[in-house]
Order: sequence, then C-alpha cells, then structure tokens
Amino acid sequence: MIDEGVLQRVLGDALRTGGDFAEIFAEDRRNSLARLDDGRIEELMSGRERGAGIRVVVGETTGFAHTADLSEPGLRAAAEAAAAAARGGGAGVRTIDLTRVTAPAPKAVTVLPESVPKASKVELLRRADEVARSAGGAIRQVSAVYADGRRQILVANSDGVLASDDQVKTRFSISCVAVGDAGMQTGRESVGATVGWELFDRYDVEELARLAASRALRKLSARPAPSGAVPVVIKSGGGGVLFHEACGHGLEADLVGRDASVFRGRRGEQVASPLVTLVDDGTMGSEWGAIGIDDEGHRAGRNVLIQDGVLTDYMWDWMRARKEGRDSTGNGRRQSYQHLPMVRMTNTYLLAGTEDPEEIVRQTPHGVYVAQLGGGQVNTATGDFVFGMTEAYLIADGHISEPLRDANLIGSGPEVLRNIDVVGNDFNMGSPGTCGKDGQGVPVGDGQPTLRVRSLTVGGTAA
Amino acid sequence: MTDLVDIATRVAGWARPGEEVEAYVARGKSTEVKVFEGGVESLSVAESAGVGIRVIAGSRQGFAYAGSLDPDVVAETLAEARDNAGFATVDEHLGLASPDGVQPVELDLWRDELALFPTDQKIDAALELERLVRAGDPRIRQVESAYWGDSASQSAVATSTGIVGSSRRTTCYVSAYAIAGEGTETQTGAGYSVGRAPSDVSLAEAAADAVDRATRLLGARKPASGRVTVVLEPRITATLLAILAGTLDGEAVLKGRSLFASRVGEAVSVPGLILVDDPTDPEAYGAARIDAEGLACRRNVLIDGGVLQGFLYNTYAGRRAGRSSTGSAVRAGFKSGPGVGARAVAVQPGESSPAEIMATVGEGLLVQSVSGIHSGVNPVSGDFSVGAEGMLFRGGELAEPVREFTIASTIQRMLLDVVAIGNDLERLPSSAAGLTLAIADVSMSGV
Repeated sequence: MIDEGVLQRVLGDALRTGGDFAEIFAEDRRNSLARLDDGRIEELMSGRERGAGIRVVVGETTGFAHTADLSEPGLRAAAEAAAAAARGGGAGVRTIDLTRVTAPAPKAVTVLPESVPKASKVELLRRADEVARSAGGAIRQVSAVYADGRRQILVANSDGVLASDDQVKTRFSISCVAVGDAGMQTGRESVGATVGWELFDRYDVEELARLAASRALRKLSARPAPSGAVPVVIKSGGGGVLFHEACGHGLEADLVGRDASVFRGRRGEQVASPLVTLVDDGTMGSEWGAIGIDDEGHRAGRNVLIQDGVLTDYMWDWMRARKEGRDSTGNGRRQSYQHLPMVRMTNTYLLAGTEDPEEIVRQTPHGVYVAQLGGGQVNTATGDFVFGMTEAYLIADGHISEPLRDANLIGSGPEVLRNIDVVGNDFNMGSPGTCGKDGQGVPVGDGQPTLRVRSLTVGGTAA
Repeated sequence: MTDLVDIATRVAGWARPGEEVEAYVARGKSTEVKVFEGGVESLSVAESAGVGIRVIAGSRQGFAYAGSLDPDVVAETLAEARDNAGFATVDEHLGLASPDGVQPVELDLWRDELALFPTDQKIDAALELERLVRAGDPRIRQVESAYWGDSASQSAVATSTGIVGSSRRTTCYVSAYAIAGEGTETQTGAGYSVGRAPSDVSLAEAAADAVDRATRLLGARKPASGRVTVVLEPRITATLLAILAGTLDGEAVLKGRSLFASRVGEAVSVPGLILVDDPTDPEAYGAARIDAEGLACRRNVLIDGGVLQGFLYNTYAGRRAGRSSTGSAVRAGFKSGPGVGARAVAVQPGESSPAEIMATVGEGLLVQSVSGIHSGVNPVSGDFSVGAEGMLFRGGELAEPVREFTIASTIQRMLLDVVAIGNDLERLPSSAAGLTLAIADVSMSGV
C-alpha cells in the first residue's frame, strides 16, 4: 500500500519535533452489500475507503490526524498535524528501522467475495425470501442482507514494527415479521465469519430463513415475560453476549486504568464461579472476531481472562501495556483509519463444562430458558448490565414450555458470574456481533455452552 | 461550499438518457480533545470528505460511495452505482426528488467563530471541565473522561431531476463522565453541554449535571418488583420520542412493519398530547433547511389531540403511498442512501413543572437513565423493556435511589398511559427534544 522508504521518512517526520512514539495505520477497505426487503432486491451498495491515521505520543499525550491522501506529501502533512497535536518538545532526529511482524493469516480465504458475481449474491437473498415466506401465511414481511468486506491494513511504528493483514469478512442475516391476533412479532437469524463466499458452504440460507420465520411464528402465541428475579438457563451459542457485557468490557485495561471497572485491582481473586473459564481469542480460526494482527500491528492472541473463576488478566493495547511495562495482548483495535485504537475484545467465550444440557433444564423446576439473546449494554464502573432476549421460553417443572415476548434481562456483572451454577458440555459460537465503545464499532464474536444463572432479573410485564 | 455544489452538479450532469443520477457530497472537519487526570490524553484533528451516488435506470436503483472527492474516484463510484442498479428489482415507485416549490426556511446553523477558536482554548475547556467535576463534590472519586468536541460539516446534493441544494452547520460540545463513591460502592453520571458555537457551551452546567447524576445515585439499591407510575426526565422522554418517531416512518408502514399502520385518525394517545416533527424550528438541535434528498424540511404534525395524523415520507415512500414527500429523507453521511426519519420531534409542553407533576402523582419512580434500548425495545411488536436508574418518590418528595432494575410496558400502552406532560421543554443533542413526562402502570422488575 505504501513504500517502506516512505513509511520510514513519515515516521521520522512525525518525531522530528520530539515525541516517544509514532505510528502509521493505513487502511484500504471495500464493502459491498445487497438488501432484499418487501420481496424486492431493493439495494445494491458498494463502497471504498482508503486512508491513513497517524498518531504521535509525547509522554501521556497522543496527537492524532488522518488523511485520505496516501501520497508521501499527504502522509507527511498528517504526520506534522499529529505531531503538532501532541505538542512535542525537544527536537531530535530519529531513524527508524522497520522489521516485519509475521502473523499467520486467520485462515486462508477460499473464494474472495469480490470475485463472486453480484447476481449470485442477489440469488441467495431471493432463495431465502422464498423459503421464509413459505413458512406460513402469517409471515408478512421478510428482509435479508448479504454483505462482505475486505480490509487491508498496514501498520508501521517507531518501535520498528511493520505489519499487515488482509481481513475478509462475509455475513448474511434475515428478519421476518409475523402477524397474529395479538399483533406483530419478529424473528431474526444471522451468520458471519472471517471467510469469503465459502461461508455458504458452511451455512444453508434456506435453513437460516426457516429458523428466522419459525422464531417469529412461535412468538405469535408468546405471553409477556415474567417480571422479577428467576433462574435463567441460556442455550449454547445463544448468549455469549452475557459474558461480553457482564465482564468482557470490565476486563479492558483502558477502563480498568481509569477506575471505571468493578474488576480493577482484582487479578488473582476469585471473581466468578469455579465453573467459569473465560477466554478472548483473536486467533480463533475463521470466527467473526478473528484477526491476524490487531490494528497496532501486534499478533492476535489467545488470552485467558478468567481461569476456574479466578481473574488472571485483563485485555491490553499498546498504550495501556506500555504504561504497565508489559506486552500488548493484541487487543488494540479501531473502527477505521479515522479512529484511535483502544482496547477491544475479539472472540470472547466461556469454555465448556461437563453437564448434559438437557439435564440442566430438567433440574430447573421453574425459570426462563433463553434460546437467543440480542445485544446488550454495560456500565463497567458499576457492573450493571442489560441484554435482550429475542427467543425465550418459560421453564415449568423442568420442561421448556410457553414462548415469551421480548424483554431485557438485567444484572450485576460480578454477581451474575458468581451465580453461574451449572455449565453444559455443548459449546457453540453465537451470531456475529458489532461491539460499540466510545462511538467506534468493531466486529466481535462470542460463544458459550448451555449454562444456568441461579437468579437473574427478567424485565417483563407479567406479574 | 460552492466546490461541493459543483461536484454534485457535475455528477448529476453525467446522467445518461433514461437515467436519473443523484450525488450527495459531504465534507467535515472536527477536533476532539480528551483529558484525564489533569493532562491531555488525546487530541485528534480530522478532515474527511466523501460522495454517495444513487443511480436509477429502468426503474432499478443502485448506490455506491467513496471516502474521497478525487475526480477519478468519483467517476468510478458513479460507474459502480450504475452497475449495482442492474441487479436490483424493478420498482415503478423509484425516482429521485424533484423541486416541489416549497422554499427552505433559512436557518442560521453555522458559526464562523468556531474556525477562529484556538486549539489551546479547547484544551483549556476540557481541563477546566474535569476540574469542575472533581471539585463539584468530595464524593467524586474519578472523572473517567472529559471531552471537548467540535465539528463543521457541509454537504451538497444535486440530481439530474433538477435538485440543487446545500447546507452547513457547526457543533460544539463538552461532556464529562463522573465516577462517585468509595470502596465497593460506585455510581456514575454523565453531563454535557452542546451548542453551535464555543460560546454556547456551558462548562458549569455540564459539570453540575455529571456530579449531581453520579452522587444522587449513591446508596442505590435494587427495588422490589411491582407496577409504578414513572416520571421520565427530559433526556429519557427524548429517547422514548426518538423510538416512537421511528414507528411513524411511512416506509415501515408500507412494508407492514409499523405498529401504527392503518391507525391514522384513531386515538393512539391521551387528548392532551401533540407530537410534531419540526426541523424548521431554529432552536431544535436537528434543525435543517433541506432534507437528505434536497427538498425543503417542513413542519409535520404526527399526533394531534392524541389522534394519529400521519407518517413521515421521503420521495420513494411518498410515491408508493400515493402522496408527496414530507421532506423527511435522512441519511447517515455519504455512506448511505436516503431513508426516512424525524429530525426534530417534540411533544408540545404542558402546564405543570416537574415538581408539580411529582406532587400530583404522589408516589412513583423518577427515571434518570435507561440502558439497553437496542436490545429491549422491539419497534415492530411494541414490546418495551429497558434497564433503568433513578429515584423513588413519595408524597411528591424524592426518596431513595434505585438501580439494577428494568421498566417495561409496550409503546402502544405507554402512549395511552401518559398522565402528565411537563412545561420544561429541553433541547437535547438528539432528533427529539425532551420534557418531563409521567406514564402510569409501568412494570418495574427488580428483586
């Protein structure tokens, strides 16, 4: 993307007026999307963005500027703006030797989406629409989205790091609206991975369409969710967002460093039930949150955050790790070249336990069974978090019974982690997610086996 | 800005016979200062520009965008949009906006003084805000972040059907996130102040808000479950109104996704409720002279006397519904085509002050923050369930703080259960304005 000599000169420029660290992050991104709605291929969209973000660090201050101009003069102008922003004192000249970081690619992409005819992508949506509508007359509306993105990144910094990555992601989602006597209901299903068009060797869109339609149809007879604290069983692969919100964000070193996490100062302590071993893993095959390198040029890692209930480590980016005199864990990520990196999750998941998942339900006389969770939100400083259930059932006498209407669940992260009292042997990854933090969205994955939380507040309206 | 209009007009002029072309060109400049513990943590200066191009040919539509105004890139983007159109379904209602004779209301949304405001003073403002929060109360343990931010954005839209329009605005904001409490007890509160020019921003107000919100929740407990009357603070009402406006999107109605479809002329709320989307109100944060398709923004009454009056439309949705656009096309920058949305929705203020409302209600819950809007509100079914924090009140007086619970109802019921509308209209950095609103019979789920 940019010649090595240019990178060296621009980094030199960035540090000419002093400064401890300079970095160039260049990105060339192409996106394409096809949307079907209301029985029509409504929109095909394609986008291209390229540019570079340059940061200069002086002491504790970071200066940042970005440019869409990747020529040497364009980069030098951005470098000067970033240096001025960091207000570096003490002029000096530094020469930088770049050494390439080698990182295994997440997994070779078999079929680049850009090589697939648009007609094939459109055809996929048409098939899904047809199958969803054939699920029953109550299905009144269907929308489906196919999207792919290719993100080529290059990172060079004054520590001598030179690294690049080619991240290809493909996703598909479908949403159905069903109409019944009690109004409308929705059902959704989505899949995505760090792969190309071969995503559809792994997933059958017709099957996904049937799943989404059946979700909406079943909810037509749903009753209001309970209101109050009950035992909650979460189906394998349906609720990894629980960990993302309950403790994932609270284990990000930048929030910990700002005293904005309930997990601050708790390394080595028992913070969760001994059944909990939680991992964040950017190297995880072709999962949605997989990366070769993070957006600071560090190799992705597999990091154990909680081992048998004991907090082992936080997630780190370059900035926070430098402060602590340790290595980054490869969690420095950013939405685009227009953003500064910060600590972000990749694929976050709970390791499997030993219990038979069906037995977990049988051993729960009364409660709620959550088959699919939507998004969530957490206040890391207080630990309070919410997450929404989009497919859930009552558990009565140890059996899954009536479907429930959508509602949020609310809990305190540390308390919920302690209240996990059974973990199943049936691990699955969940749907692709976009995690938002400080206005930046990045792709993340999550996963978990079937598990039970002894008590969790369900925010429904039933007495 | 004339160069943006030139680019947009030039692209629109490249339309081939039988083809309609729309170009939306945008450029923005922004600064963000983030401070922590008395020092500047980061200072970002950013300039970005891009183009989004829509092509309609043979009643099919394609769209493409690029984050550059380089002539070659713009030409490639048009070619890509043209190619995309070939794969879409024929839809006779597709068509770009064309001049409809409605003159835009001229609004003064741009302040030259922003460009003259030195970076040093932005840094000083952020540092001063952090100091004010810290000094605001001994129980403030940390200021997680304090920000200064500003932006100057300009855009132009032109079509081969005769639309040429442009708009520009400046925005300044400060925000602080306070952490209060000691030991295991922690509460947080966010405060902000927004304006069009640096002089509009009040550091004292933002700081006091953050401090008050964080400290008054200290000692909060999880409440017992039950049914309560909730009194929503203006911020929360604005959040609710933004969701409500989303269900009044004419396109969602046409596609069978609005819970208010076929209810025009019916009472959907109490007689005292008037809901208007008025981007021509210069005081509204979302004020705009033209919409995302270049048509003049206009005042649209959505609910009057509790009776649903109609929906919002862009050109496409209007054509499909057999009516004209309400000037309600919106887009998320140059990377998307025009959808439908409200910009400046507000409930007409009532007679009572917040204190009078609490006195009348007597016993209930004052809601000061909500969470999980995206995960807990289903705008199609109307199910509404969100995490909340606030203060219980009795005899009209604030009592103990509560946290870690949800409030739930349905959007339909909440509109019918409105028991009081405050007189305290508050302009917020949102597509909706706030005021105090009391809603009866809401489920509170706690212990």
